[in-house]
Amino acid sequence: MSVKVIIPAPLRQYAGKSDSVLVDGQTVDEVLQNLTERYGDLRKHLYSDEGKLRSFVNIYRNDEDIRYLDKGSTAVKETDVLSIVPSIAGGGPVGPGAPAMAGGLSLLMKAYCERKMR
Amino acid sequence: MNPITQFAAERKTAKLSNDEILRYSRHLIMPEVGMEGQLKLKQAKVLLIGAGGLGAPLGLYLAAAGVGKLGLVDFDVVDFTNLQRQIIHSTETVGKPKLQSARDRLSGLNPHIEIETYETALSSQNALGLFQDYDIVADGTDNFPTRYLVNDACVLLGKPNVYGSIFRFEGQASVFATQDGPCYRCLYPEPPPPGLVPSCAEGGVLGILPGLIGVVQATEVVKLIMGNGTSLAGRLLLYDALEMKFRELKLRKDPECPICGPNRTIHELIDYNQFCGITPEPPPPPGLTEFELDPQDVKKKMDRKDDFFLLDVREPHEVEICTIPGSHLIPLGQVTARVNELNSADEIVVYCRSGKRSGQAVEFLKTAGFRKVKNMRGGILAWSDEVDPLVPKY
Repeated sequence: MSVKVIIPAPLRQYAGKSDSVLVDGQTVDEVLQNLTERYGDLRKHLYSDEGKLRSFVNIYRNDEDIRYLDKGSTAVKETDVLSIVPSIAGGGPVGPGAPAMAGGLSLLMKAYCERKMR
Repeated sequence: MNPITQFAAERKTAKLSNDEILRYSRHLIMPEVGMEGQLKLKQAKVLLIGAGGLGAPLGLYLAAAGVGKLGLVDFDVVDFTNLQRQIIHSTETVGKPKLQSARDRLSGLNPHIEIETYETALSSQNALGLFQDYDIVADGTDNFPTRYLVNDACVLLGKPNVYGSIFRFEGQASVFATQDGPCYRCLYPEPPPPGLVPSCAEGGVLGILPGLIGVVQATEVVKLIMGNGTSLAGRLLLYDALEMKFRELKLRKDPECPICGPNRTIHELIDYNQFCGITPEPPPPPGLTEFELDPQDVKKKMDRKDDFFLLDVREPHEVEICTIPGSHLIPLGQVTARVNELNSADEIVVYCRSGKRSGQAVEFLKTAGFRKVKNMRGGILAWSDEVDPLVPKY
């Protein structure tokens, strides 16, 4: 039996560019196991080195977070949809994590100013 | 203060002027807003973190709607790459501070509101003081340390955090830290390690996307102020622009949450760079390391017809914009899988747009046993500046 797994934009490059894939399994763990066997590069994005599901990746069965169901043992049926929902941070640079980004922008600004001076 | 001025000042906060009544008439004639709702908007104070992709539509619509006081936190300068999505800025304001550009635009749009700007990086030292004066905080940042900082400060002060986040063509929105609702840490207890998730600067973003997500945030702000409708608190809205699909997931308050749970362990703001595993970048060394090459030196190697392998680790759609002749493409995400296509005996020069992704590729190749691998400093941007201006920067 296979269920639909929705792959989010940041991870599609590791899943053959698909936005969703059909994967066999009776539980969430089985489905994710089969998914990461098919797409090996996905594994490190979903699991830590200790094999734990990463804490910035949430898995939903339909609209419910599996952390509030049976976690990895949550049963799935053919009509269910599993969503992988990783944290994303995009918006606009500001704050303590910004310096790396600000460096990139200042490079562009430098280029811009140099162009203006020519 | 003389009694007449004082009276006028009181009337100003309690009532709308005739000019304002005309301006907000489409609000005033709808029962869901009306005079009561418009006065609530006028008395509201909203702090926007970031005057970028999300902050632009947030600022514009909240100013237009008549939110009485808007605070803006940012320290960046407008550049050309912003204009594809940050519609609060314009070609004329390139090179100016974003706050100055945003203030001019917003006060031009609505002179009846107060705009306060804070040209600073939000930090654990200033966040609580800044947030204190506002009713609602709208988070439009682009990095994890600030996301967690905004969340924690909102939870500690009991102020709603209207959240939006974007990547390429996908967005998320929700409302965190309402009285009984979940917070950002309930959704994601920990951030990803640095480098695993690309930023918008590296991953790109569809310019229209922050427009839509920012407008969702603005809508939630207005609803919170007026106290009507159903808030996104407890729900995570997911939007896929390519499929034009909206989905909604349930968010629960995590009983184990370290900041909003009953047994919370965080009672004050922490070091968010450390929490997110980010070590502040040291100042660049005066010379280059043994694993770096200047673009001009790469050009010299080409002119001498040196035997080396030029590796482009950008994405195929970037190659369509421009390329350096003689290069071989292996996008960064495929380098690990396709490492067998490379010969560790060859001298390999790696480049990308800015030198950042190629730096990661070089680090990986070094760990994979490649010793003759070098990063072209500054990538295409530096190549265009220093070698071939016909190659466009993007």
